[in-house]
Order: sequence, then structure tokens, then C-alpha cells
Amino acid sequence: MAVFSVYSFPKKDQLVKNRALTSQQTKKRKQSWKRDGIACLLLAPSLIFLTMFTLIPIVKSFYLSLMDLQLGMKKPVFIGLDNYTYLFSDPLFWKVMGNTVLFSLLTVIPSMVLGLALALLLNMRHKLTGLFRVSFFSPVVMPMIAVASIWMFIYMPDAGLLDQLLKSFGLPGQIFLQRSDTVLPALSVVYNWKEAGFLMIFFLSGLQNISTEMYEAARIDGARKFTIFWKLTFPLLMPTTIFVSTIALTDSFKLVDHIAMMTEGMPNNSSTTLLYFIYQNGFTYFNQGIASTLTVILLIIMLIAASLQFFTADSRIHYN
Amino acid sequence: MFMKRSTRNMLAALIVMIASAGMIWAGGDQENSGTAKSSNGEDDVIVLQMFYPVQVGGPLTKLIEKLASDFHSVNPTIVVEPIYTGNYDDTVVKIQTAIQGNTPPDLFLSLATQRFSLVSSDSIIPLDDLIAMDGGDEYINDFLPGFMEDSFVDGKIWSIPFQRSTQIIYYNKDAFKEAGLDPETPPKNWDELVAYSQKLVKKDAAGNVIRWGVGLAQQSGSAQWQFGGFCLENSKNGENLMSDDGKKVFFNTPENIEALQFQIDLQQKYEVMPKGIVQWTDLPGAFIEGKYGIIYHTTGNLANISKNATFDFGTGFMPGNKRYGAPTGGGNFYITKGISRERQEAAWKFIRFATSPERLAQWNIDTGYVAPRASSFETSIMKNYYGELPQAEVAKEQLKYAKPELTTYDSARIWRIFNDNYQAAIIGDLTAKEALDKAQAEASQVLKRFQ
Repeated sequence: MAVFSVYSFPKKDQLVKNRALTSQQTKKRKQSWKRDGIACLLLAPSLIFLTMFTLIPIVKSFYLSLMDLQLGMKKPVFIGLDNYTYLFSDPLFWKVMGNTVLFSLLTVIPSMVLGLALALLLNMRHKLTGLFRVSFFSPVVMPMIAVASIWMFIYMPDAGLLDQLLKSFGLPGQIFLQRSDTVLPALSVVYNWKEAGFLMIFFLSGLQNISTEMYEAARIDGARKFTIFWKLTFPLLMPTTIFVSTIALTDSFKLVDHIAMMTEGMPNNSSTTLLYFIYQNGFTYFNQGIASTLTVILLIIMLIAASLQFFTADSRIHYN
Repeated sequence: MFMKRSTRNMLAALIVMIASAGMIWAGGDQENSGTAKSSNGEDDVIVLQMFYPVQVGGPLTKLIEKLASDFHSVNPTIVVEPIYTGNYDDTVVKIQTAIQGNTPPDLFLSLATQRFSLVSSDSIIPLDDLIAMDGGDEYINDFLPGFMEDSFVDGKIWSIPFQRSTQIIYYNKDAFKEAGLDPETPPKNWDELVAYSQKLVKKDAAGNVIRWGVGLAQQSGSAQWQFGGFCLENSKNGENLMSDDGKKVFFNTPENIEALQFQIDLQQKYEVMPKGIVQWTDLPGAFIEGKYGIIYHTTGNLANISKNATFDFGTGFMPGNKRYGAPTGGGNFYITKGISRERQEAAWKFIRFATSPERLAQWNIDTGYVAPRASSFETSIMKNYYGELPQAEVAKEQLKYAKPELTTYDSARIWRIFNDNYQAAIIGDLTAKEALDKAQAEASQVLKRFQ
């Protein structure tokens, strides 16, 4: 455990000098046990919560994914990998996976680009910079449910804000949330609006860690603004970018409140993503076997995504 | 500090441990003991927990709490604690979660259609012996058959109807006059519905529709309800969407395909309804604003519409085709399994109290739900109410054509299967026949384990 490496072992020459430990050394040994003991106690609350709410549920999910446990069954019935074969042959499952991938594509890269752009714009000392930073960050602190309610009103056909705006220009109204081809892009707009500010903060702190001397040197060398960005800023931001991309990807899988609030997966499951599908199976149909199977699949996807990012991007990081 | 650093650290660690252990213990200890000493300390007062949903507009929370406190003044040894649990869907989830977490309520109000799921998950008790003990046949036979049908599983009674509803049409009499239609005759059949709606559509100078002919809710949770009515209106011999025992569904009969095509045509061919998935929650507000000439909605909204409409409005039967037909909806009382006999009897007392003819009549008036007992309609309060608000009588008259809405085992899943495929047909991803065939296949697959 990392804990113990913090504490130094007794120095070699001290032990070699005298086989019998002096009272001084015994006292030091006792103290190091005491410190380890305190360390364990201080870690215990986190360890308890982590075990109860993360480790045990993960193990239980793996266990239940091999069982058939539906509404009305008293005990789970072992069915091996039947849940997995059922899902892989179910067209609805593949539709959900497709929706999830599409939604990630529509949100991860745009929100990162937007966040980076905002950070670049706001990385200067200006009277209004503070105000702009607050206003771009404020969507992040709003609860998603409140955001979803507002956007539902914006998208509402006829009476909603967007339609009123379109009508004032003489354009026809829209039904973005009710068409299977536009519902995911419409939802991703809501999501990007909310997340961009969050990612902007990370990029801002990354930008501010780059020393200004390099910029001065580049300017003296006569580099153009775009070259400065592409050859200097962006590579030095790579650690931040890796971190932000992991956050953005996991969040795009994790945040489904807006789906639950705005469309409930409709029309015809065109806006159901994997986590919402897990919720449906677990808490609407009460099919714990299938819900656990889907959870295991989600877990594996997240692990693959995280490891891919860390292993391929490692070579590109330049540390200061 | 007056102690050594290592001792202080040890103390800090212990305090943190105890605090977190305390938090875990406190968080887990949510159960009520369920009994309390009454003020004179003599008998134990039984405290019953009741989950209830609110699905329609109106001050239902206040009314439920008044019901509970009225009951307590007549029965000082029993306290009923009503706990609001969202709309019907939320309530279903909360009840299941509470039952699975072993902290169930003593009684609850839930959809009548949930009875198969509740029986198969062993969550409720049959009420026949409680009925025999207090109420008997006289009590049960007073309930209208259209509503009482929803309480039987395998010949036993599992729930008592309380706030029941049916779907009717509301129409804007002023709009009718404007369109040259007789404001006292709502459309009686599908052909008249189309003809009247076409006259009711109003466009502005730019050609945008400012008033639609008819509005029909199509989202998940509402589509299957109104479609049940259309199915009953068109089926060969009055068959419903499912069998009485909840084990089979009949989605893809030719008559149902015809009915679905009719609804698609309202949007695409006759253009009397906005395209896309029309939302249940939007309809009453839009109707009150004059954006629809006719809407299909629950009787439960009568109080809301009569209070807020600035125009003359009327109510009518759902327009029929081969015959009139309408779905029933709404909530029944259930008693949870696993509570003591004493508590069951206390819960039964409350149910009898709440379902007395006068109280059901009063609930009808206060909320717009339909009283499920025949004798409620003989009470003077009801007769006065019909005098003041004649539109309310339509729901009661339509009851003889009303049948239960889509109710099966695993009903949440079956509803979702039907609604998803219904919507696919409405937005044009599938044809009516493809959608209903697919729904039938998927639903039959899910119901296989109950055959």
C-alpha cells in the first residue's frame, strides 16, 4: 500500500551498529506502528464507503449478470451467459449502443473544442473577463433537471422559445425532440451548453500554467498566432487535454438526467443511451439480471476507453 | 496543544471513524416503529403509512390530508400518514423499491393496471376475507362493473377502486360556433370527428395554424390509454387490447391496424392535428388557450378546465366507430403483504371510510375523477353538482361503454413495447402494420413466461 512508503524504514547503519535495539529504536518502531495505525483509521471511512458503494456493487453486478432475476421472482436463477447472448441478439440493444456512441461523438469533441476556445478567449486580463468566466461557468452549477426543464420549454413546438424566434423570422416551426433523426443532436446541444463551462475551467488552469517567457520568445522569433497555438500552446496543454477528454467521455456516458427529463428515450428509443437503458431495465421493468448485464458491459467499455486514452496519449505529453 | 501530536492524531482518527459510522447507522435507520403512544398513554395508536400519487392538476395533496385527518377524528386509535410519491409512474417505482428494501407502506394507491405485477411479485394481499368481515357483497356490488373488473386476478379481489377516470372529449363551443358547427352536438363518430376538425382548423395570414382541429396524446403512458378506446370502438366484437387474465395481447388485429392508420391520417392526411408526438401535459393548457378545438383527455381535468376556460366548453363521448368505447384509468387502494393482521384491519377501516358513497361523491366533485360506486350518484351532493356542471355527467354516462386499459403481467414493459412501436408509426419510421406486428411479437415474447 502506498501509505507505508511514506514512512521511512530504520536506517541500515543504525541496525548494523547494534544488534540489540536501543530504547531509542524501540520507541521509533512503536511510533511508526502508531503512525500506520492512525493512517488506517483515517483511511477507514473512505475505505468503508468505497467498499460498500463501489466495490461490492461491482461484484454483485457481475454476479447478477449471470442470473435471471425479473419482477415477481423470489430468487435469482442461474442462467450463465444467457443474458449476454440475449442482449447481443436484441436489435434494441444495438440501437441503444449506436445512440450512445453517436451521443458521445456529438458531445465529447464539441464540448472540448468549445471549452478550449472559451478558455483561450478568457485567458487574458480584461475588465470583463471575470464576468464572462462566471457567466460561462454558471450553467455548470445549475442542476441538470432545471436545465432540462428550461430547454424543454425552448424546444416546445409552437409555444416554445425557439419556435417563437423562428416564427418571427418567418421560418416554420420545428419538432426537434420528436423526430428520431434530430432528437440526439438537439439533446447534445443542451449537454454541450452545460458542459463547456466545466471543461473551460480545466483548460484555463492548464493555460495559466504555461510560462509567458515561451510566448515572448516565440513572438520575438516572429511566429504567427496560429503557429504559436498549434506548436506551443496545444502540445503544452496535452496533460490537461488528456485529463479533460477522460472527464468528457465518462460524463457523456454518465449524465442522462436530460434524457430522463426531456424525452424518456422517445421517440421509439431514438434517444435512449446505455445508462438510461440500464435505468429502464432496473427500475421500470425491474429486470435485475438484464440491468446488471448492461452495467457490466458499460463498465468494460469505460475501462477500455480509459486505458486507450492513457496508453496512446502517453507519448504525446510534454511535461514542463 | 496540551497533548502529544501522535495522541492528537489518534484521537482525530477515532473521532472521524465514529462520526462516519454514526452517519451510516443514522442513514440506514429510516423505519418508523409504526406505533406511537396516544396522548392519554392508554392504547397504542397505530400509524399507517400510505403512498399516493398525483397525476392530475388540482389540490389533491390537501384533499388527501383532509381525508386522513377526518378519518382520525372518527378513529382516534388509527393515524394514516399520507406520503406523496410523484405521478403514477414514480409511485410504481417507489412502491417496488420500498417493497424490495423491506420498508413497504401499509397501504397505497396505485394504478388499477398494476394488479398483475403486484400479485406476481407477491406484494399485496387478497381482500376477500376483509370484505367478508366488513362490507360483504352489498359493498362490492355497489361498485360499477366497468371499474370493479380491474380488481380481479384469478377470481380473487385484490384492490378497491377509488379515484377512477375515463377519457372523454372536451370541445370549445365558441370555436364550434365560429366554424359554423352546432355547439350542442359534439362529433359522434370518426367521420364526424374528421369533418368537424377540418372545419375547426384556423390559420393566420401567413398560413400557420393557430388552432388545430383535434388533440390526442401520444407519448409513452398516454398513447396506450387513448388507443384502448379506439380499439374498443373498432374491434369486431368489442375485444380489448388484451385478454382478461392479463396473459395475452391482441395488438395487430386488422381492426387495430385500421385504428392506428386513422390516427396517423389525422396528422398526415387530414392535417387536423400537429405532426410529431403530441404531449399529454400540453393539451389542457393549449385547449384553454384556444389552440385546439377538441381534445381527448381525462375526466380528471374537468375541474381544472371548468375553472380556467374563458369560453363555453362542452364534453362528449369519445367518438365511436362500430360502437362507442372508452378506456378506464385511475387508481385503486391496495394493502401491502407482510404487515400484521391488526394493521391490515386498520387499513381496511380507512379504505371503507374513504370509499363511502358520500366521500367518493365529494372526491368526484373536488377532483373530477369519477366516483366508482353507483350509490354515489344518488347522493344529493352529486345531484347538485350535475345541476351546476352538466358537463360532468358525460363521463358517468360513458361508463357503460368503458373497459379497462391495457393491463397485463409485466405491464411496465408491455406498455413501453406498445408505446415505442406506436410512436414509430406516428413519426413514420414504420407503417401501422409493421409497428403493430412488431409490438405483438415483442410483447408475446415477454409474456411467454407467464403462460
